[in-house]
Amino acid sequence: MRLFFGSFFTLMVAAAIGLGATWLTLTRGVAFGSLTIGAWTAWPKSGSVDIDPYARATIARTGELPVGAGDGVAFYAHNDDGGNPFDGRCTYVVSGMTPAARYWTLTLYDAQGRLVANTIDRHGFTSAEIVREADGRFVINVGPRARPGNWLPSGGIERFIMVWRLYDTPIGVASLTTKEGPMPAVVRKSCS
Amino acid sequence: MIRLPLWILGALLLGGIVHLSTVLAMPEAATQDAYSRLARMSPVNAVVQLSAPNAQDATMPFMDPAFAVAVCRYDLSAGSLKLSAPVSQAYTSVTFYTRNSVAYYAINDRAAGRRAIELDLMTPVQHAQMPEEEDVTAADRLIIESPTRRGLIVLRALAPEPGLMAMARRALAGAQCRSEPPPQ
Repeated sequence: MRLFFGSFFTLMVAAAIGLGATWLTLTRGVAFGSLTIGAWTAWPKSGSVDIDPYARATIARTGELPVGAGDGVAFYAHNDDGGNPFDGRCTYVVSGMTPAARYWTLTLYDAQGRLVANTIDRHGFTSAEIVREADGRFVINVGPRARPGNWLPSGGIERFIMVWRLYDTPIGVASLTTKEGPMPAVVRKSCS
Repeated sequence: MIRLPLWILGALLLGGIVHLSTVLAMPEAATQDAYSRLARMSPVNAVVQLSAPNAQDATMPFMDPAFAVAVCRYDLSAGSLKLSAPVSQAYTSVTFYTRNSVAYYAINDRAAGRRAIELDLMTPVQHAQMPEEEDVTAADRLIIESPTRRGLIVLRALAPEPGLMAMARRALAGAQCRSEPPPQ
């Protein structure tokens, strides 16, 4: 009898631990070989055959296609430089420089990877259309209210993600160092 | 009662096995992965342009809205595949994915170094069966080996600003992929 209860207990706990760990790793986005610069994290290996099993399982579940290593690299930010998760009611200032790339795009998504609805139908910027300062630096305001200059509307949603994609860039699998920076700073200004 | 730690240890080990096997099985079990999503809207061995993503609707999550995107869902069972894609004015890339969304090769317009990206896609077996002299005369043909028989070729053309999206879409409209039956 004790053997029966013992095996039953073991199997239940094993199933809970195993499935729970799988669920956690796939929803939180655990992947190895990450490259973090400031608030931005990229997984350059996810765009190559060296992709790890966790990233493979994650993209199979979400249905996305990773940026190929010969195409570019995608940096994801969920938090500002202070570590606070992005809140659509706050205004953020994204400023500075990017690593060398022929083109880059910055896009705002909700947590599921959907574009965010807004009145001016703007979901991101490309390096070609951004308004820059005289020295080539740029300032992008991300927030719910219209701003002069580069304004990326966050639509007031609760949580959002910013993705910075660098196309035709030397950053990739071969250069897993943080010296490649700098990536733009992300600073929270005001919350309404 | 002395057995309780043993039972817990067993549960932890078994839990680890369950975790690893579910992670490894996920790519095969997924029904909403990119290939399955595209299978519903694209024929085999033909280029299809995807509609631009918006807040209500997108073919896949995390699509870059600055790009026009076209897809060739391929099946190499009947023979190798020929792909040609004219490059747009700004930036064009072609990325090859296996059936399970692993990006095994990507090339952009500058790396291709021409006005069009042209290449042949085949399985390693089909590559090995190619007549040798053809291999020599085709020195300027780029040959890519697909690790799987089925997969996706994704063509992306950048619209540097929203007004240039029509230009990017026109460039992709000239892209072709077609199956080449082996010579008899």
